[in-house]
Amino acid sequence: MDARILVPRAATRGQTIEIRVAIRHPMETGFRFDAMGKPLPKNVIHTLTVRYNGAEIFRAEMGSGIAANPYLQFYTVAEASGEVICDWTDDNGNRGSERAAVSVVG
Amino acid sequence: MSALAALAASSPLLWWREAAAAGDGLASIVDKITGGARVRHGRVKLNIPRLADNGHSVPLKIAVESAMTAADHVRRIIILSERNPRPVIATLYLSPKCGRPEVATRVRLNGTQRVLVIAQLADGEYWSGSAEVEVTESACLDAT
Repeated sequence: MDARILVPRAATRGQTIEIRVAIRHPMETGFRFDAMGKPLPKNVIHTLTVRYNGAEIFRAEMGSGIAANPYLQFYTVAEASGEVICDWTDDNGNRGSERAAVSVVG
Repeated sequence: MSALAALAASSPLLWWREAAAAGDGLASIVDKITGGARVRHGRVKLNIPRLADNGHSVPLKIAVESAMTAADHVRRIIILSERNPRPVIATLYLSPKCGRPEVATRVRLNGTQRVLVIAQLADGEYWSGSAEVEVTESACLDAT
């Protein structure tokens, strides 16, 4: 699964930084049919967690109401240099993970 | 005129529309989420287009009034749809580490409706905000 996590590369300590996560995923609703008329089973990323230097800062529980290629934007306070790690699981049990480095000065 | 008004008032479609406008369709779901606790109106602002050309991907920004400290922060944000087949669009869990009580995502909307967002704060209280979105092409009717 393709994914991107965008954070500012550098931040000053205590600064509130924006984090953006985008994952390539159909977020299949379960209400659609394929070309042969067979129903496409529901398959969405149901859980996504974001950790910053080991501590969970944000979690999303999503349903079929989240658009395909889910996008989430939120904030965190830059405390120390390290990594923002995003993990997710879909209904088929596929897991994905993406990380981004933040360097904090001051 | 009065006959027409009487007809309109007795029309089940209009009655249903009024019920939907009052948010009655979501009341039982909201109750389940909050455990029957009072949900007050306010402190939650939605930024969503009033008119969406299609419902497949509608940008939604949510801002909650909160200091985002250990004592006063947003615990969770629940995004609800009046007309989607599954009314709970997402539940977002925040922490004081978030620093700013704002989130953004993109939602699917099955037609023109009111989107309701409920926020639970650190003190356990529930607040809500909503916005009307007119969707010209629904998310659930074609194959995309």
